[in-house]
Amino acid sequence: MAALGMNADGLRRDERLERLRLFGLSSPALLLILVVLVIPVGWLFYVSFIGANGQFSLENYERMINRSSYRRIFFTTFQVSFLTTGLCILIGYPLAYFISQLPAKLANLCLITVLLPFWTSLLVRTYAWLVLLQKQGLVNSWGMSLGLWDEPIKMVHNMTGTLIGMVHIMLPFLILPVYGAMKAVDADFMKAAANLGASPRKAFWTVFFPLTTPGLFAGALMVFILCLGFFVTPAVLGGGKVIMVSMKIVSNIELFVNWGAASALGVVLLVATVAILWVASRFLNLDQIAGGGH
Amino acid sequence: MPSDTPSDALPITVRHVTKTYGRVHALDDVSLDVKSGEFLTLLGPSGSGKTTLLMVLAGFTRPDSGSLKFGETEVIRTPPHLRDVGMTFQSYALFPHMTVAGNVGYPLRLRKVAKDEIARRVERALETVQLGGFGERRINQLSGGQRQRVAVARAIVFEPRILLMDEPLSALDKKLRDQMQIELRQLHEKLGMTTVYVTHDQREALTMSDRIAVVNKGRIMQLATPRDLYERPANRFVADFIGDSTFLPVTRQGDTISFAGQPLVHTAPAPDSAELALMIRPERIVLGGGTEGANRFDAHVSEVVYQGDSYLMYARLKDGSQIALRGAMRGAGDLPEQGANVTLTLAPEDTILIDGGEG
Repeated sequence: MAALGMNADGLRRDERLERLRLFGLSSPALLLILVVLVIPVGWLFYVSFIGANGQFSLENYERMINRSSYRRIFFTTFQVSFLTTGLCILIGYPLAYFISQLPAKLANLCLITVLLPFWTSLLVRTYAWLVLLQKQGLVNSWGMSLGLWDEPIKMVHNMTGTLIGMVHIMLPFLILPVYGAMKAVDADFMKAAANLGASPRKAFWTVFFPLTTPGLFAGALMVFILCLGFFVTPAVLGGGKVIMVSMKIVSNIELFVNWGAASALGVVLLVATVAILWVASRFLNLDQIAGGGH
Repeated sequence: MPSDTPSDALPITVRHVTKTYGRVHALDDVSLDVKSGEFLTLLGPSGSGKTTLLMVLAGFTRPDSGSLKFGETEVIRTPPHLRDVGMTFQSYALFPHMTVAGNVGYPLRLRKVAKDEIARRVERALETVQLGGFGERRINQLSGGQRQRVAVARAIVFEPRILLMDEPLSALDKKLRDQMQIELRQLHEKLGMTTVYVTHDQREALTMSDRIAVVNKGRIMQLATPRDLYERPANRFVADFIGDSTFLPVTRQGDTISFAGQPLVHTAPAPDSAELALMIRPERIVLGGGTEGANRFDAHVSEVVYQGDSYLMYARLKDGSQIALRGAMRGAGDLPEQGANVTLTLAPEDTILIDGGEG
């Protein structure tokens, strides 16, 4: 029976060696993740449970539950995120559809235009909106000289300004996965729908739209999660009237030097994000956020 | 309306349909009559225009000019969703977000058929394609052959009087393809709808069709029954495209047509063209002396290949042209050696003279 086990030990050893070598190759990356992700996040959790007296305490979390100002901040954060996501869907889906129907060359040009804002700094874009939307800004002066309205409209330092800025910045994150999903819809599906008796409108709602909803969900999820932790745009365009969690974290550190309170807020935001992703992953393929299509 | 009685089919009349893409004539003044209840195949190489013609029938391609009638009704400007023709696609185009029953019931839901009536007709259509009880399956749970059947069920469930099929079997393996050819043919006999079928596979066309239209460069080269097409091709393109053939140059002197100085005996009249060619099918030319009154050629065997049920022989004629010959192994005895001198016989009814110019 020796022939059955021929070279078995040697082959097994080769297999083990190969696996070890693969692990060795990936160890620098694993080390990096450990240093810049696992340790800081662990530290964040730790600090959030340290009270003002330096002892273990739940006071940072109790404060969030007891004080109505914190409740308002969480409400505002979710409100802004929901509204931004909703507006991005309303603007982004039709835009992605329009681009997907263009000939390839023109579509590429449009996609570059969509991505163009990424090449300028977030801060610059946000301040640009401030310039455009303020009382003596371009939009107000043009609107009044055209006779569209008489008094300058307040468009910054409030919710309106925050939403305009956030939607502008988030739009590409929605358009790209939706565009990918739309391009993946086989043209034959639409032909088949028409051939079976569906008018263009009916074919859109019964075939095209359902087939692109995974991309839409993926994009919307991406936008929503990014919104939850957003800082610069609401800070600049909200003018102190729209306070989100990230801004409270900053003020806790800069004004009150209360690292425990800031860490607790960070932990809640992180847990909320992970929870949303976990729920979402049960309903859709998260690959679509990254790659689009199937 | 039980589905086992043929629904009243409609004839299709195509007149002077032209479609150009830039300078290319995808369809060049095409006229075609598909008889009511007929199974007609558009056969041609890729890029010949056969698919363009089918897309014109379905309404997905708008021609530059021409007329298209289903029965007495002009439909050339009717949008696809109002044409009421069934169609299957090369990719099947089954909606992945619906079940099998959802797909098959889709055209009925659009036509506002009552719910229980939809369920009944969906099940009956699925039974027709031998997929009874598959309604709740998802599309990605089906094999290629099953998807093909669902696509057919969806195309016939609303009882269209015309059925269009775009290379429906090209994605299946050979065994399944052969089986589906027979099934589709039987289905056509049962339902009786006018069917236009597109394929590039000549064997498939010969197997299934009542008539075949051979398409090339946007024109119909010949429209005939499979047998006429194979045995009496109208031109060199058709003869070359259908089956394997060797073409030998012949000369005409008065009424006599000769090959390499040898007058040929032939039953079918030669076409009236300046350039003529003798078409030889490998299975029609025979090894040996044969009967009296047949055309005989001396040849030199250059290669013999054993293929199990048959053998293939390449032989050089005295003018230097090479021809292929296929014979059954049954009763063949010993095959001639390479380099042997043999006599080949071509019966007068198999001596086909065709227009030698490039079609």
